[in-house]
Amino acid sequence: MKISAFALRNSREILRDKLNLAFGLGFPLIVLLLLSAIQANIPVELFAIDHITPGIAVFGLSFISLFSGMLIAKDRTSSFMLRLYISPMKSSDFILGYTLPLLPMAVMQTIICFIAAIALGLTISMNILLAIIVLIPSAVLFIAIGLLCGSIFNDRQVGGICGALLTNLSAWLSGTWFDLSLVGGTFKKIAELLPFSHAVDAGRAAMAGQFDMIIPHLIWVIGYAAVILVLAIYAFTVKAKSDNK
Amino acid sequence: MTAIRTENLTKKFKGITAVNNLNMEIMENELFALLGVNGAGKTTTIKMLSCLIKPSEGDGYIFGKSITKDSYNIKPIINVSPQETAVAPNLTVMENLELIARIYGNDKNSSLVKTKNIIASFGLGEVQKQKAKILSGGYQRRLSIAMALISEPKLLFLDEPTLGLDVLARRELWKVIKKLKENMTIILTTHYLEEAVALSDRIGIMVKGELKIIGTSAEITRKANAANFEDAFIYISESEAV
Repeated sequence: MKISAFALRNSREILRDKLNLAFGLGFPLIVLLLLSAIQANIPVELFAIDHITPGIAVFGLSFISLFSGMLIAKDRTSSFMLRLYISPMKSSDFILGYTLPLLPMAVMQTIICFIAAIALGLTISMNILLAIIVLIPSAVLFIAIGLLCGSIFNDRQVGGICGALLTNLSAWLSGTWFDLSLVGGTFKKIAELLPFSHAVDAGRAAMAGQFDMIIPHLIWVIGYAAVILVLAIYAFTVKAKSDNK
Repeated sequence: MTAIRTENLTKKFKGITAVNNLNMEIMENELFALLGVNGAGKTTTIKMLSCLIKPSEGDGYIFGKSITKDSYNIKPIINVSPQETAVAPNLTVMENLELIARIYGNDKNSSLVKTKNIIASFGLGEVQKQKAKILSGGYQRRLSIAMALISEPKLLFLDEPTLGLDVLARRELWKVIKKLKENMTIILTTHYLEEAVALSDRIGIMVKGELKIIGTSAEITRKANAANFEDAFIYISESEAV
């Protein structure tokens, strides 16, 4: 009951912020439109709609980190949180209350991204459904990054880190905009050690029907998501204590 | 029945003693005002008693339950109205109240009933569907206190409840607080001395982390040999702070 009440509050806080919606849904769709327009004029394999859509979906998920991070960081510095800390809520209630409303939002955002892609020429197939499912661990990953950042930093810092740094980092290192092999070297190695390119590649493998390629990439994403989620819970618990001193 | 009892309650932050050996007893349905200049240790005391931070030494008991060992059972019977207005800004008045009712274990129906009742008793009816962030300061403060009361606490901490309110809004809140003290124990912190005198049964004055005096406003004024309570407060605060 506590978790569902708190989760409902969090979804209302996020959905009633129009800027959140504009960025979370609008920006990835604009990029999708833009790249499709480029593809129409100068065909590039990388920007083919079935290839680019998983990348744009992952890029869109980076905004989920911004939502969750901003909400927690703002809450932490408010008297409202003091009220909740005094209430019978436990740390696990807080974390689940923040995570649960974001997961359907992230999935919905991914679905909207694919619907837009279908409108732009993506062939309808069961692989789309598979790609959406495959992207769920990525959604958890970005939610966890937001929880971690929101637990450690203040809202201005979260704006910078999740809003600017993470969206760029996840975009450049995901192989969405350019083939990582074109840069190669250390850049490619770093990209392969991070989860973003694996998230996109898992989605691309699902779209291409290369089912055996999905799990190796997904392991990276699930591993990062699990570790960051545990770190976020720990950071939230520690910061909750220090914020009240 | 004793609502609060502290035994050598102490809190130290990196070697600095914020609250030192606090010993006091507050009875059920008493309105107790905790006064002191900034940095006297009032907020730290309240944070310990509301199980927000753990004491460095000593213990406190809320209706017989230890704040160090039994916070899980204390939390459902206490609530707080923080100094700053503590509301969820994008939620309406009704949604804010329902949220707190449900966090304290009420189901959807009983939360709704309690919300409607408290909206009526706090005069929030005309703004019940407005988002908290667009309410006036007076309404926000009323909502904040209503959110603390919807859980029907046995012990309520009111931290500077009338800070920043105009005189009319303040007097309105005084009426509300006077009504509340018939049914619950209230710990009030305020910088408005006339507020403490008008509302409280007893007053405690903290200076540099220590509770220097405790009694009714008349007793404190008499003990300090002062013409009025304000003079008594200044005398106690200054003489002990030097």
